[in-house]
Amino acid sequence: METTNTTTPAMTSKDLVTDQEVRWCPGCGDYSILKQVQTVVPELGIPRENIVFISGIGCSSRFPYYMETFGMHSIHGRATAIASGLKATRPELSVWIISGDGDSLSIGGNHFIHLLRRNFNVNLLLFNNEIYGLTKGQYSPTSEEGKITKSTPMGSVDHPFNPIALALGAEGSFIARSMDRDPVHLKEMLRRSNAHIGTSLLEIYQNCNVFNDGTFEIFTEKSSKKEETIFLENNKPLVFGQNSDKGIMLDGFKPIIVSLEDGKHSVNDLWVHNESDLTKAGILSRFFERPVDGTGHLPRPFGVFYENNRACYETGLNAQIEFAKQKKGEGNLDALLKGGETWEIK
Amino acid sequence: MTSNNQVLERVIIKFAGDSGDGMQLTGTQFTNTAALFGNDLSTFPDFPAEIRAPQGTIPGVSGFQLHFGSVNIFSPGDFCDVLVAMNAAALKANLRHLKKGGTIIVNTDGFDPKNLRLANYADNISPLTDGSLDSYRLITIDVTKITKATLAESGLGTKEIDRAKNMFVLGFLYWMYNREMSFTVKFLEDKFSKKPEILAANLKVLHAGYNFGETSETAPTRFTINPAPMPTGTYRNIMGNQATAIGLIAASKKSGLDLFLGSYPITPASDILHELARHKNFGVKTFQAEDEIAAICSAIGASFGGKLGITTSSGLGIALKTEAMGLALMLELPLLIINVQRGGPSTGLPTKTEQSDLFQAVYGRNGESPIPVIAAKSAADCFETVYEACRIALEYMTPVIFLSDGYIANGSEPWRFPNADQLKPIKVEFTTELNGDKFLPYKRNENLSRPWAIPGTKGLEHRIGGLEKQHETGNISYDPENHEFMVKMRAAKVEKVADSIPDQTIDNGTEKGKILVLGWGSTYGAIKGAVIEARAKGIDVSHAQIRHIVPFPKNLGDLLKNYETVLIPEMNTGQLKSIIRDKFLVPAIGLNKIKGMPFATSEILAKIEELA
Repeated sequence: METTNTTTPAMTSKDLVTDQEVRWCPGCGDYSILKQVQTVVPELGIPRENIVFISGIGCSSRFPYYMETFGMHSIHGRATAIASGLKATRPELSVWIISGDGDSLSIGGNHFIHLLRRNFNVNLLLFNNEIYGLTKGQYSPTSEEGKITKSTPMGSVDHPFNPIALALGAEGSFIARSMDRDPVHLKEMLRRSNAHIGTSLLEIYQNCNVFNDGTFEIFTEKSSKKEETIFLENNKPLVFGQNSDKGIMLDGFKPIIVSLEDGKHSVNDLWVHNESDLTKAGILSRFFERPVDGTGHLPRPFGVFYENNRACYETGLNAQIEFAKQKKGEGNLDALLKGGETWEIK
Repeated sequence: MTSNNQVLERVIIKFAGDSGDGMQLTGTQFTNTAALFGNDLSTFPDFPAEIRAPQGTIPGVSGFQLHFGSVNIFSPGDFCDVLVAMNAAALKANLRHLKKGGTIIVNTDGFDPKNLRLANYADNISPLTDGSLDSYRLITIDVTKITKATLAESGLGTKEIDRAKNMFVLGFLYWMYNREMSFTVKFLEDKFSKKPEILAANLKVLHAGYNFGETSETAPTRFTINPAPMPTGTYRNIMGNQATAIGLIAASKKSGLDLFLGSYPITPASDILHELARHKNFGVKTFQAEDEIAAICSAIGASFGGKLGITTSSGLGIALKTEAMGLALMLELPLLIINVQRGGPSTGLPTKTEQSDLFQAVYGRNGESPIPVIAAKSAADCFETVYEACRIALEYMTPVIFLSDGYIANGSEPWRFPNADQLKPIKVEFTTELNGDKFLPYKRNENLSRPWAIPGTKGLEHRIGGLEKQHETGNISYDPENHEFMVKMRAAKVEKVADSIPDQTIDNGTEKGKILVLGWGSTYGAIKGAVIEARAKGIDVSHAQIRHIVPFPKNLGDLLKNYETVLIPEMNTGQLKSIIRDKFLVPAIGLNKIKGMPFATSEILAKIEELA
């Protein structure tokens, strides 16, 4: 059909598939994350050439090779720093950082917190599998105490990070959590991450079926998911449970689980989630108890914990450049070479 | 009174005092005045690592050495003619650098019992009165007291009055050396434009110092040092770090790429960051990163985005950047790594100079990882050398290491600066078209350099990384043959840089002969002076200074074989010597100094005489 329409045909997820064979272990949670990213990115209306995926080292960091965009597979822990320099100089690009719990929270911990505080407008997808996969099974900074691994045959004595609480402490402006096994939620969180102007931290629980299989099972499997998780929605009460029969109330600053069926409490008594409430985000981030036998532990939250719109680093940086040019005029190299005082030898 | 007036060829003055005494400022003012007058000169600031070491102690002494003359000056000089000592510690720390019979100008107030004790003078016996300085010409002035008297009615507090006393010394020296004070007067007017009472006080003390020379009989002789015969042109005075910063901006302008500096503050490199941060109207972006690693990585990110990515540091910071340097060479992205060397190892001697990071630059990475290395020889030469470093990085798509050191970074000299249009153009072309059926990010051109296709270029989406890559496609490859091929290819690319650099020239002397003194970096001035003196004595000695260390100029090996002896003076234990011996099998010998201080001309001359 002859056409005069010169607009580029809409991108599909197939346009984002590269010629490289995907080499994660069969059954790895990374496959799901890749699929959801490849599904969501075409919806965003960003030309493929303006998208950059930057990763560090680890299983997750192979990700850029599988995305038909610009990409860099860098060095351990440093994707955040590389992305900072790219975004500072090319603010128009859509920059995505792919990282893992070892990459971002251990070797790259310093860059992670500084990225969050500077608030570059980038998306950081933190694949958390609570283990070192690529190096074949050592504990990570998110592994639980007592974790038995190759490097901790008697159990780990390391206390783990709480990534959400860490990100809040580092002045993150968008902090969310999702999981590999919930594609619908994950896609929604990817859209939200992209929409946020500032550094968007999305922690994704990802199953490593080889070295840490089932570590998030209690949150992801049908049999326990409804009891063990709570999905945060802005301006909605915190309800969870098999039959949406439980809720979270605040007793002062202390969250308590209440039954919605015993006649003592109704939905109207519950804590209503407010994504812009930093104090409550802090309390939510502490819903981090390890599910143990018995009752009473708080469900693990998924969704957007916190969002706040504040200035991005690159905006401030570019504003200074523009201001300097306006005030002093575009730099004149001859004047710079000459400097202040000169003298002549004849 | 009328004084005698004596004409001198050259003078070396060392200003020394407590780090709070303003000796760096005094020295800089005298320097700029001498420069504007047309003297050739070279300076060497020498300050403590501590911002304010305990007052009055030897570790707290801050010095500034100036060598100026009506003849060509190549180094700050070995021993000074005049020592200005604001206190006892300054005298004690510097007396050994004063020529026998030299002049000492002291502030007597700095020799009270407390100062004598702090300077560890035994039994508080003052060197001013015990006869120990009899072989010198001693000029004693109670600078503190006169300054106080001068400002008695200024309404200023004791602290502010005390701070003005360096202006008295400066005024006195301006009188002694027949100098105009207009440069300093203008400087003070600018500096204190918003503090008229401080300005008035400083001007008053400056003139009081000058008038004191005129009216007292403290110094019966005045000296004149005529302008030096320098090549015609327009000059300014410049410090090495400043020249480096300006060179980077020039490269940015001439290449058409915005400059991005990722840096973490470190002595003695921070002034490059400070200088660049002042020039945002050139589109310069400076990023003070959270650490050395983030500094270089952010610069790599900027380079990936198509900018001129730069990182600055000193040896210990460079050590932290090492892994990322390897990444940049695997990515084959342009990147400039600037090492302003200081004394090492570890934290070492932060404010002292050394050339001991040459091995680090040449060899200091994991794997087979060649990176071009280039070194500046003087403060002004930092400009041209760093510009050349940028050219190599951009034309060959490679990280480049630029070596400077604390001595030339903070030292200054007159610079016959170029016009912008005299600078060689730097060609940069981003790739915008496919170079095969699909885009091949590692397909090489005649320089063995790969295409630079930056994000935003439609149709050229591609991935690069630190894993070994297949020839041309850039895909991950663990193929043994390919790995060996790529290792050799990366080395061949760096060697190819030699096609674009000039042959090694002889700075002074003959292309063949008995002794060649081969230097690199900041030893230039001391070697130059020594070889001139030796040749004047009839010794068959020549001088060559290497700018390009990786790769060496193509003719270097042949050139070295034209001499019976090759002498390599270095501020390390013999690093260039080892590289030269390894590369060319030339039995070079070393002259090595590892004292945190530059070579004295006399030290090099003595070695030449020994070999002659």
